[in-house]
Amino acid sequence: MTPDSLRAALRGVPDPDWLDTALRRVTAEPTEITRLFPAAGRRCGRGALPDAPGWTADDAARVLLLTALPATTPATPTPSTGTATRPSGGPCCAPCRCCRSAPPGCRCCTTAIRTNDTRLVAAALGPYARHLDPAAWRQAVLKCVFSGVPLAAVADLDARADGELATMLAALAEERHAAGRDLPADATDLLHRLTAALPREA
Amino acid sequence: MRIFDPHIHMTSRTTDDYERMAGAGVRVVVEPAFWLGQPRTSPASFTDYFDSLIGWEPFRAGQFGVRHFATIALNPKEANDPRCRPVLDLLPRYLDKDAVVAVGEIGYDSMTPEEDEAFAAQLALAVAYELPALVHTPHRDKARGCERTLAVVAESGIDAGRVVVDHLNEVTVKLVRDSGCWLGFSIYPDTKMTPQRMVELLREYGTDRMLVNSAADWGRSDPLLTRATGEAMLLAGFSDDDVDKVLWRNPVEFYGQSGRLDLSDLEDPTAVDPQTGNSILRGGS
Repeated sequence: MTPDSLRAALRGVPDPDWLDTALRRVTAEPTEITRLFPAAGRRCGRGALPDAPGWTADDAARVLLLTALPATTPATPTPSTGTATRPSGGPCCAPCRCCRSAPPGCRCCTTAIRTNDTRLVAAALGPYARHLDPAAWRQAVLKCVFSGVPLAAVADLDARADGELATMLAALAEERHAAGRDLPADATDLLHRLTAALPREA
Repeated sequence: MRIFDPHIHMTSRTTDDYERMAGAGVRVVVEPAFWLGQPRTSPASFTDYFDSLIGWEPFRAGQFGVRHFATIALNPKEANDPRCRPVLDLLPRYLDKDAVVAVGEIGYDSMTPEEDEAFAAQLALAVAYELPALVHTPHRDKARGCERTLAVVAESGIDAGRVVVDHLNEVTVKLVRDSGCWLGFSIYPDTKMTPQRMVELLREYGTDRMLVNSAADWGRSDPLLTRATGEAMLLAGFSDDDVDKVLWRNPVEFYGQSGRLDLSDLEDPTAVDPQTGNSILRGGS
């Protein structure tokens, strides 16, 4: 998805003039983004964009605002977890979209993984997860299982899952069983896949 | 009975409360920024608090099907501490957020010159950011505090219909009613206002511009006293429609003036504005 295709997908939003003006203002005066960024949902709506699968109008507009910043802007705004307002489902804010291109150690993403807000955890375990070292990645996967985030949210799950993750999952399964509870089905499936693939100890 | 609690400090409450509130019919809450009991000593701790009011707390509420909004401000008590005054400069960043539906709690605690200044500055922010204002009235010297509050509100130029003056009682109700501001009543186990006394006030002054809240916080308080007030109204002969007006439609109308009270996805289809068909209720505006 390129900025041009996002912009094309936003043509049908309720107030396209607002977005055009906002993009020009951000380019001319970068500090304006502090007021325009949070207003994006109110002005462009929050519905899914038919021409940009997986994107909502507010997320797309916010990403375009970020891309409209001049390259010399010292730092893009660091939206806090506080931009989350939706009580159900889905990435909650443009920064989560930015997880796709966030640099290693991105403060927004590492903070998101530390939260207990399952929307933020899920978003940060998309493409950003490639920057996590194996130990941090396993902990994050286990946190998903623990807090009910579907493992489908985790990028490269099967490629990175290893014997150590299997050991950790098995231990969690044992704890759950001792308490009369089960692992979520997707975690049980992953554990089965891992134990089937691993060489058996002699 | 559908209930919108227009003033409750859920940060100080447990998930048991959310569960009981949802069971009692509470669907929407507004959480004003306020004093946490322990005085804060730097603006940074306000930043984290404000973030939690628009991030973590709505997420927590959502687990119980409760929609959560916030009002943001430097509260009157801490406005007196010079170390906290720079919080005023942080507010604009928050007043643009979707989940922020008013400036508040502002107003008076001890009626000091520092409180005068913070109060006026934050009313000006409410005007500039096109938000309603939630005004706390002092525990001590309440009647004179109320008079002074209304004078500052009038001087600020904000439309009285965009201001709620809160924590009212028998002594202050008429003053605020005559001002054109909205009237907030905090129903407490045995102090500020009780369900029975509230029913008497509704009998005497009617249901227009009346807001009933639990103001539940870290002190002795009860998040279900909104529901108890609705039940007391019914017992006293008020109709279901009267109860719905006080406990739902009035707060929707007041905070709807922010243009940010997005109640879409709530189960009740009547949450859509019948006049505009818009799922963002805009109240009287």
